[in-house]
Amino acid sequence: MKFSPCNLLGTAAAAMIAFGTATAETVKVGILHSLSGTMAISETSLRDTLLFAFDEINAAGGIKADGKTYTIEPVIVDGASNWPLFAEKAKQLLEQDKVAVVFGCWTSVSRKSVLPVFEKDNGLLFYPVQYEGEELSKNIFYTAEAVNQQATPAVDYLLKMGKKKFYLIGTDYVYPQTTNLILYKYLLLHGIPVENIGGGFRKDADGKVISAGKYTPFSHTDYQQIVAEIKQFAASGDACVLNTVNGDSNVPLFKEIAAAGLSAADCPVVSFSLAEDELRALPTKDLVGELGCWTYFMSINTPENKSFIGRWDAWLKTESYPGVVKEKRAVDSPMVLSYDGVYLWKAAVEKAGTIGVDAVRTALESGSISFKGPAGKTTMQANHHTVKNVYIGETKANGQFKILKEFKDVAGEPFILKGLDEKLAAGK
Amino acid sequence: MRPESKRLETWLTIAAAFVLIVLLPALNALPLPEALHVSDFTINLYGKYLCYAILAISVDVLWGYTGLLSLGQALFFSLGGYMMGMYLMRMIGDLGQYHQPIPDFLVFLGWSKLPPFWQPFSSFPFALLMAALLPGVLATVFGFLAFRSRIRGVYFSILTQALTYGACLLFFRNSLLLGGNNGFTDFKFILGQNLRTPGTQRGLYIVTAVTLVAIFMGCRWLSRTKFGLIQQAIRDSENRVLFSGYAAAHYKLFVFVLCSLIASIGGVLYVPQVGIINPSEMGTEKSLEAVVWVAVGGRGTLIGPILGAFGVNALKSWATRAYPDLWLIFLGVLFVLVTVFMPRGLVGIPGQLRGLYQRWNRTSKDPAPVAVAEVEAEKGGL
Repeated sequence: MKFSPCNLLGTAAAAMIAFGTATAETVKVGILHSLSGTMAISETSLRDTLLFAFDEINAAGGIKADGKTYTIEPVIVDGASNWPLFAEKAKQLLEQDKVAVVFGCWTSVSRKSVLPVFEKDNGLLFYPVQYEGEELSKNIFYTAEAVNQQATPAVDYLLKMGKKKFYLIGTDYVYPQTTNLILYKYLLLHGIPVENIGGGFRKDADGKVISAGKYTPFSHTDYQQIVAEIKQFAASGDACVLNTVNGDSNVPLFKEIAAAGLSAADCPVVSFSLAEDELRALPTKDLVGELGCWTYFMSINTPENKSFIGRWDAWLKTESYPGVVKEKRAVDSPMVLSYDGVYLWKAAVEKAGTIGVDAVRTALESGSISFKGPAGKTTMQANHHTVKNVYIGETKANGQFKILKEFKDVAGEPFILKGLDEKLAAGK
Repeated sequence: MRPESKRLETWLTIAAAFVLIVLLPALNALPLPEALHVSDFTINLYGKYLCYAILAISVDVLWGYTGLLSLGQALFFSLGGYMMGMYLMRMIGDLGQYHQPIPDFLVFLGWSKLPPFWQPFSSFPFALLMAALLPGVLATVFGFLAFRSRIRGVYFSILTQALTYGACLLFFRNSLLLGGNNGFTDFKFILGQNLRTPGTQRGLYIVTAVTLVAIFMGCRWLSRTKFGLIQQAIRDSENRVLFSGYAAAHYKLFVFVLCSLIASIGGVLYVPQVGIINPSEMGTEKSLEAVVWVAVGGRGTLIGPILGAFGVNALKSWATRAYPDLWLIFLGVLFVLVTVFMPRGLVGIPGQLRGLYQRWNRTSKDPAPVAVAEVEAEKGGL
């Protein structure tokens, strides 16, 4: 009873927005990220990048389709790091606001939570954060790095460096579990013997390995014993660590590695969940010389990237959206992949000539939609993943990466495990 | 309670039940003009709120009626949800990403056949049975140990919170084979019906509404029996109840188990409507949220938790869309205001207004009835 005035107000506001849509030719676009709760620290940056991209498109004349010129009207909702709320907000965006497309989600669980909603309502979601693959929905386009655009190229690089022993460590959830299982098989396939893969294994009743690597819970802080084990493992001097530990656990992990005297020269650590945005909050002196692998680094030296960073900084100075932090901002891969997603969608809409979901999907699946952005050229494939460049970088004291190696035009592939299994079986 | 207010209450209950069970689904099902039509989205959303209301009742029967502040009710809610989730996962069949006859997360954990404890969950009655047994047994064991050791007050609250947190960490582990961090999603069928059609969602909503009304009536009946009186006496002065010769621990254990079952029923109905269950539902903050709903609605009444759960969640749904950046502050301020100015919650507002009115009239009237009214209001608020 108490809340009916609020609801009335909400309805009135919604009615006003609806009225606005009818007169000015705007297209509603959803932003579905956590702006509060544990994931807010990462996801608000994506919200900001999306708003930047929308403003840029609107200023450049909008999107031409359906015989009109659309300006983008963002509909921002807060998923609040609460997975059932993500599903509710996705329903609201698609069924109430009737948005043409949604950009959003960071964690795999949030994506899994909204997936049935997008399939039921035939919506369109662009997902921008590196993930474990093993999923392909006709309603989701993954601008994210697939495992073969991050983890396996990093292993290729380390093999070239002459590394012979690999230690796998991660946080216990689906992304590290799947990535490490893929890496385990990938390493076997490249002639690394089982005893040179560290971190331990779990086998099922038939003796088949179902989990590889060492796992710690979220927000774990005690890495003393694990680092001692790594030190022993790395004593031969040709070892490296593949790190899928997530979030704040990286602080004690790298402190312990530094304390144990494991230098990046002897035993480099490649981290798959630490980008420039996370490094802002970490003690970077413990990480100097350690490696990262992404499809974008802020330090990429191309005119496109320099211009992008310049425009982003200028936008931050002038924008007036509530809640956007203006100081000490960095740009990183998830942000650029969000940005790429917006432009890929725009290109697909203009190719399809309409904002209708089915036509846009057909256009995106045609293989001819690409965007030359700050990370280089990105092309959407029929498998809903992109072709793009992969970079290996070395962490510097200022929280940036020095680019060591570039893999050109790597095609994203969501289902890797099965192919690896088949190749391993054929090899035996 | 005066007879006329009792009659009024009965009529209000019947009217509310009619609106929830008959009117809203009818407005959703019938082809009506836009202004009258209740959308599928709204029905589904209300279904979720009603599940939260069931959880809130379970908190309130413990806290408002028995004086046991449990900060772990979300655990029982989630356990019910997980049992239902296991059944729904089996119903996906081979329509998952891998087109295997076992759930997707098991495939990518490397399993090629179903682990033994998963097998009976293809049966709906078995899942329901487990949704009653698992929370029931857990509550019996935990309650027995806690109440036998006379753990009370804040210590009881802390223990229940630790219990749900421990379970949350356990369920996060992939090796438990219950989906780890991701839990269960992408459900497709329930009892042969497609979960994604409006008709199935409406059906689930109606079942939820009927269940809520039944639980409400049942708890109301219980609170008026001799059992209910002893329960409330335990709340007011447990020692006196003990010295009068009642085994207070038995009463508390019964209520604790009963409330774990009520919460579990809420979870069972919640999962097919929301489409996901994962360990973060067991997090301590979820249980705290339920306590907030009860406090806002008015504890020690049965209508209070329903109003609170519905109101706070409706506000949250609206604010996360209307003010995505500010809504937490907004909600926080509201909770502070409610605690300071409305200690008896939403349900206490009429009483508070009456009190104000009578204080205003005090000079011209006999002071005696005022005192009675205040005593009555006090009782309602405890």
